[in-house]
Amino acid sequence: MVFFMKIGVIAIQGAVSEHVDALKRALTEKGVEAEVVAIKHKGIVPECSGIVIPGGESTTLCRLLAREGIAEEIKEAAARGIPILGTCAGLIVLAKEGDEQVAKTSQELLGIMDTKVNRNAFGRQRDSFEAELEVDILDSPFTGVFIRAPGIVSCGPGVRVLSRLEDMIIAAEQGNVLALAFHPELTDDLRIHQYFLDKILNC
Amino acid sequence: MDFEKLRHGTELIKRGFASMQKGGVIMDVTTPEQARIAEEAGAVAVMALQAVPADIRKEGGVARMADPEIVQQIIDTVTIPVMAKARIGHFVEAEIMEALGVDMVDESEVLTPADPFYHIDKTQFTVPFVCGARNLGEALRRINEGAAMIRTKGEAGTGDVSQAVKHMKQIQGEIRALAGKTKEELIMVAREIEAPIELVMETAKMQRLIVVNFAAGGIATPADAALMMRLGADGVFVGSGIFKAENPEKMAKAIVEAVNNYDNPAKLAEISKGIGAGMKGISTDMIPIEEALQERGW
Repeated sequence: MVFFMKIGVIAIQGAVSEHVDALKRALTEKGVEAEVVAIKHKGIVPECSGIVIPGGESTTLCRLLAREGIAEEIKEAAARGIPILGTCAGLIVLAKEGDEQVAKTSQELLGIMDTKVNRNAFGRQRDSFEAELEVDILDSPFTGVFIRAPGIVSCGPGVRVLSRLEDMIIAAEQGNVLALAFHPELTDDLRIHQYFLDKILNC
Repeated sequence: MDFEKLRHGTELIKRGFASMQKGGVIMDVTTPEQARIAEEAGAVAVMALQAVPADIRKEGGVARMADPEIVQQIIDTVTIPVMAKARIGHFVEAEIMEALGVDMVDESEVLTPADPFYHIDKTQFTVPFVCGARNLGEALRRINEGAAMIRTKGEAGTGDVSQAVKHMKQIQGEIRALAGKTKEELIMVAREIEAPIELVMETAKMQRLIVVNFAAGGIATPADAALMMRLGADGVFVGSGIFKAENPEKMAKAIVEAVNNYDNPAKLAEISKGIGAGMKGISTDMIPIEEALQERGW
């Protein structure tokens, strides 16, 4: 039997090609064959064994995910236990609750993770930064790239905190769902994508 | 965690910001109300300015950075990034915009240039810059000065997309022509187009600009936006095209959806229905060369 699977990257807007490249390189390193597809429309999410929601503008992402009918499909996939990785804007989209900044734009969050987020926890672009992070699932520091980054302010008991920066949670996992406030796809370090692939393969 | 160890304003952070804009529409706005309409429509960012290019063109005179008061109000109104323009070479206008909290500065030929020889040294700033370009040499010189994003220059404020098309094809044609060239041939090209050899070699290898490349200038309809995406733009800037249209709300939303569905003609047909007339515009053939904004910058 030929082992064949599909991993989808939501391609509404943002750092899509970076995630596609990172996943392809991670697959090659693992010696696993899989197709990585960019998802712009509904109908593809149900065929995927793993979904990435990339960074971009969360306000734009939420609006178009709803308009294109992809939002519901992601919720269903999450409920079926399909691994999902959300980075930056993706962390916001996955959350249950937002701050007043999120409320102001009446964007519909997917509510997949039991988390409350702060849309621009780390300020505007001039405050954006790189930093070496300790992440629970990795045995040595990871370079975190934070761009107008959000943070998780609080989370429910089912959420495992993987990394913090001061009082903000910047990486967390809830069963099949992984959320990061930073951008692993912008660095050459593939360890987080590898970890996500392991989740898919062990699923 | 030691906050001293945070690294701000690095090239990765600047170019990373530009990457987050990919596949999006950045809209010109002159008031907080317009900014709200843009955000509601799904814009990835707004460009705060004093007057849209069509009005700058009509009014004449010296066009400068926007009133900081208005820029501040727009920053306070929306959650999406706010960009603002500074005159070519006017590093103080750029510093003022950075101090206000603007997320990206557009060193723009739409405003009257402040320096006849030099562009801003963009490496000295924490915030990223976007700059216009008509050809590969211009694009690589801007990247060398620190631009984190390029937008191909159309002819702003006209509603005529032809110049944006011309320059997108020009840059891509020049990049394609680099493929297969030897090192000595690339050195020759670098000399001819007055660009740094390292950037020419990197571009030849990647077969695209090393930073995000948006289309701008004259984009006035969903079809125009989709055309620029089909031609390989990473996203689009829409200036006068939205708030000079008959129904800005509908036009803004339609252009956002067109960029997401640029390769689907049936969907584009749906999107383009019943959105009202686009801006009236002016054909670029009617503009004397000395009045062409794209001629500014070098």
